[in-house]
Amino acid sequence: MRKLILPILLIAIFALMPLIADMVGKNALMTLSARILMYAMAAASLNLILGYGGMVSFGHAAYFGVGAYVVGILYSHWMSEVPIFGLFPGSNQLFVTLPIAMVMSGLAALVIGALSLRTGGVQFIMITLAFAQMIFFLFVSLTAYGGEDGIIIRRANEVPGLNMRDKTTVYYVILVVAVLYFAWMWRVVHSSFGQVLKGIRQNERRMEAMGIATYRYKLYAFVLAGMGAGLAGALMANFLRFTSPDMMHWTKSGEMIIMVILGGLGTFFGPILGAAAFLILEFYLASWTEHWQLGLGLILLVVVLFTKGGIIGAIARLKGGRE
Amino acid sequence: MTEILRIENLQKRFGGLVATDNVSLDVHTGEIHALIGPNGAGKSTLINQLCGELRQDAGVIHLAGRDISHMPAPERVDLGLGRTFQVTSLLEDFTVAENVGLAVQARDGGNFRIFDRVTGRTSVWEETGHLLSGSLLNDRRDARVADLSHGEKKQLELVMALATQPRLLLLDEPMAGLGHLESQQMIDTLNGLRGEMSMLLVEHDMEAVFALADRISVLVYGQVIMTGTADEVRNDPRVREAYLGTEDA
Ligand SMILES: Nc1ncnc2c1ncn2[C@@H]1O[C@H](COP(=O)(O)OP(=O)(O)OP(=O)(O)O)[C@@H](O)[C@H]1O
Ligand SMILES: [Mg+2]
Repeated sequence: MRKLILPILLIAIFALMPLIADMVGKNALMTLSARILMYAMAAASLNLILGYGGMVSFGHAAYFGVGAYVVGILYSHWMSEVPIFGLFPGSNQLFVTLPIAMVMSGLAALVIGALSLRTGGVQFIMITLAFAQMIFFLFVSLTAYGGEDGIIIRRANEVPGLNMRDKTTVYYVILVVAVLYFAWMWRVVHSSFGQVLKGIRQNERRMEAMGIATYRYKLYAFVLAGMGAGLAGALMANFLRFTSPDMMHWTKSGEMIIMVILGGLGTFFGPILGAAAFLILEFYLASWTEHWQLGLGLILLVVVLFTKGGIIGAIARLKGGRE
Repeated sequence: MTEILRIENLQKRFGGLVATDNVSLDVHTGEIHALIGPNGAGKSTLINQLCGELRQDAGVIHLAGRDISHMPAPERVDLGLGRTFQVTSLLEDFTVAENVGLAVQARDGGNFRIFDRVTGRTSVWEETGHLLSGSLLNDRRDARVADLSHGEKKQLELVMALATQPRLLLLDEPMAGLGHLESQQMIDTLNGLRGEMSMLLVEHDMEAVFALADRISVLVYGQVIMTGTADEVRNDPRVREAYLGTEDA
């Protein structure tokens, strides 16, 4: 039962956030909280391959961006009533756009993963980065979809029975999807596959000697991770009512890696705490000084140098236990 | 089928160095076949080619009559080829039980399942418990591998190889670095497995080799210079010169 304390606490905090924001009269708090939820999902998906699987992918924002663009592109075709490639109609239905976003980002991860997982180490980092940049420039050059300016989504996707024009409603939809996503992630990391993935991180050679063809398992994890990032990106497009190539810029991939490390690599709650710490720091530092990135950099340096295992690691040590 | 393993004219070069020089060798079904030779003779290189970690330049490897020369390592494991590593290679963050459990699970299948609970796979954990209770690691189930002694790690190497239920076990210096008592225990363990599976045993500890081996092959500079019984090897002048003479046997 003690295991349930942290998730229940987190859900309660996020669920109360719109009320708190309303009480203190700071709408920005709800926006911040929503951003934390969505980046926590993206970071958690990255954590699956980076933390649990030991694959340092430096292009994770690409799948986030693809998910966002699926929402944007479907929306613009729904508006214009021109089918995509003259074949598929657009859509503004959340239950249509989210699954398609996951499929498309999963496909992108399948192609990129299939090619880059043949390599390892620094080469893998560089190749995933290169592919992500290719996707970034692809969308920059897609003038049909706004090029550098991206796509403005006038209204968030519809959910039957809900008023998605209300920002708070959108917030709660995001919260529900995030909770479902983390429940799913909990199952994955405690499954048979999760165990194999943790084994691969520790010693790939050993896994091969046990009869595990590691490439397939890494690719599977890579695709699952891409789909998760795509889902987060699709929510982001709905929340911002906007998508642009900036969402898949390499610095966003870097930020996701920082969130994962900051929270605690390969820990379940790490990405949530890491995303929260990162975005809260950014929020307050940015309001104090335009040189916020320097401050953030210094804080990160301290965390990485002095707390092994990120925030989760520090908490575990405070409690005197070992993660 | 009297031969579980047949190696024909195997070749492997590292640049100018011929690490495996036209090696032909067979392991009879059920036998413990020792492979001895001085440091750098190419014993580990041979093992690594047999298990598929290294690809030979030329030659053929048959496992139970099947040509496995170009088969990836994991598929060879499925066919019943197990191995231990000379330098222990384990899952250091996992406990002993988790290491063995994953080896059992890997063989048992369902490794792509994402909606099950790994702790709920009772048959896997029962078999893990069984494997461990028959080993010297019984009291160390919940110890993290990183905290094990060298001797315990060597034990775990063996248990993990056994978890894959091999028909042929490739053992790369299982006694290396063990104390006298630990070596004796390892000899007893391997003796206890005699008949259940065939073994190709690479070992420097001559006491162990003579205690265990049905036949012995001697590898020098990548070449098998002879294969014979313990007595034949002991009395062969070439072996004395190339191997036993240079070390205290
Ligand atoms: N990957 C490699 N690249 C280049 N040379 C190698 C490689 N692996 C092994 N060698 C060389 O091949 C030769 C055989 O090495 P190997 O490890 O097979 O010897 P060994 O018989 O197992 O020795 P030991 O008893 O010390 O374990 C050595 O000269 C070694 O330096
Ligand atoms: Mg060796």
